[in-house]
Amino acid sequence: MHMADALLSPAVGGTLWAASAAVVARSSRRLADGMEERLAPLMGMTGAFVFAAQMVNFAIPGTGSSGHLGGGLLLALLLGPDAAVVVVTSILLVQALLFADGGLLALGANVWNIGVLPAFVAAPLVARPLLRRGHEALGITLGAVVALQLGAVGVVAQTAASGVAALPLLPFLAAMLPIHLAIGFVEGFVTLAVWRVLRDRRPEALPSLASVSVRPGGALLAGLLLASLVTGGVLSWLASDRPDGLEWSVARAAAAEPAAEGRLLALLSRAQAKLAAFPGYAPRDAAPSRSGTSTAGLLGTAATLGLVAGAALLLRRFGPRR
Amino acid sequence: MKGPGASLAALRDLDALSARDLPLARLDPRVPLLVTLLLSVLVASFPRGEVQALVPFLLWPATIASLAAVPVRPFFRALLVPLPFVLLAALPALFVEPGPAGRAIAASVLLRFLLTVTSALLLAAVWGLPALAWAMQELGAPAVLVTQVLVLWRYLFVLGEEAVRMDRARTMRSFGRRGRELALAGPFLGTLLLRSQDRAERIDRALRARAFTGSFPALRPWRFGAGDAAFLLLWSAALVFFRLVDVPGALGRLLTGAA
Repeated sequence: MHMADALLSPAVGGTLWAASAAVVARSSRRLADGMEERLAPLMGMTGAFVFAAQMVNFAIPGTGSSGHLGGGLLLALLLGPDAAVVVVTSILLVQALLFADGGLLALGANVWNIGVLPAFVAAPLVARPLLRRGHEALGITLGAVVALQLGAVGVVAQTAASGVAALPLLPFLAAMLPIHLAIGFVEGFVTLAVWRVLRDRRPEALPSLASVSVRPGGALLAGLLLASLVTGGVLSWLASDRPDGLEWSVARAAAAEPAAEGRLLALLSRAQAKLAAFPGYAPRDAAPSRSGTSTAGLLGTAATLGLVAGAALLLRRFGPRR
Repeated sequence: MKGPGASLAALRDLDALSARDLPLARLDPRVPLLVTLLLSVLVASFPRGEVQALVPFLLWPATIASLAAVPVRPFFRALLVPLPFVLLAALPALFVEPGPAGRAIAASVLLRFLLTVTSALLLAAVWGLPALAWAMQELGAPAVLVTQVLVLWRYLFVLGEEAVRMDRARTMRSFGRRGRELALAGPFLGTLLLRSQDRAERIDRALRARAFTGSFPALRPWRFGAGDAAFLLLWSAALVFFRLVDVPGALGRLLTGAA
């Protein structure tokens, strides 16, 4: 459920960039104030664990779709919200730069959907209170479901507010929420399994539920390593190549009725037109400019492409010899 | 088909590109980072369904890929991974708004994807993640985040390489589905766990022995010189020009003599 640059407008992308940057800056400041040298390897190791787990897609029963561990809730429970947001941001950055996941503008939206919402909403308001009362399975499952639902609403809202792709709002939402409900249960199940491995094998590594601050040590580090190996290793047997939840629900939205666009979309696009950094941003129902492909337009586009290709070939001579 | 091994191999291929000593890589990494950010914002600022005016922006990725002689095949293989998602986000336009308008929206989303994603991938392929992390810090990103990115980057390969080696050994001793049973997860992961724990412990001790205090000093401190400034200014001006002037449209009118 990564947002992509290709679906965002500068106003929406920029707003979320600013919001996420503010949260990350605040969390980093708080971490730096109480920083222990061991926290850096611990956070790095936890990030590597989530990364390994995310490389592995697993089938969601009964849907023909597949998903992977998001890890937002698990990170928030293990490290506290501040460290969790920083770790998720680092993961998303590596994914944007090396896996072509999202893009630089979409980074803000992705940090918000996948990092901030689980760490500052789902974990402290849902999972942690239930865990404190001893409802382990319920707390973690419900926390993951809430985190994923919030993220899905975020993706739909950001896509609709941007209006770059012609995805009808309500069918898109109607497809995203149920599929992310399923993903949320899977996420909760995996998170719970990892949590229980930690609890049984290294109970001293579990953070205190009363306070948010975490005192990292070698035991927690080793426990996370164990958890990362269990998730990465076991789930790789279940790996599947099927499209993940967002892809699946986008496909479903495509097949659904386009007529259900409501007032919210009109409201959002009006607000977005006001907020847009660049004037001349066409509202949703405006005809795309220059869509009528004139001869001049086609010829000009071909000529531009030719110039770009010519420049590339020319510049290749200046590059290193292979 | 794709386990952690394949993902890690793709990651290493792309990372290996940045290890080459290119003239282009001596450019201050802040410059391409800023140009790529500007390109992402400008491309996103075009109205829905714009295709033609986006084409000139291809000059940036084409120039960088040419100057750095980025090999085409691994690069486009990396692009293929997120392509299905983008197709599924772009193609609904064909049904929601039939006719040329829908086709323009779909083509526009695909072209935006190509531009923004190739630019981001090229950053990693030419300058490499550690240099970009340094650039982020210089541009004001929190030190905690930058250290986290660097440590994640290091441990990712440590964890991954051990798993890949063991997976290869297991594959050579098995055929078909034999050797892949879930029951073997225990011994497999147990061994992997012991090895990786040893490795992580060694790294932690090595870090401490080298007086690790929670952040890394930069290995390659760049200086922002006149050449960097000129490069940044020229490219920013070019990209803003492409945003303001429909270059293909103007070219077309010039070539056909239309008004």
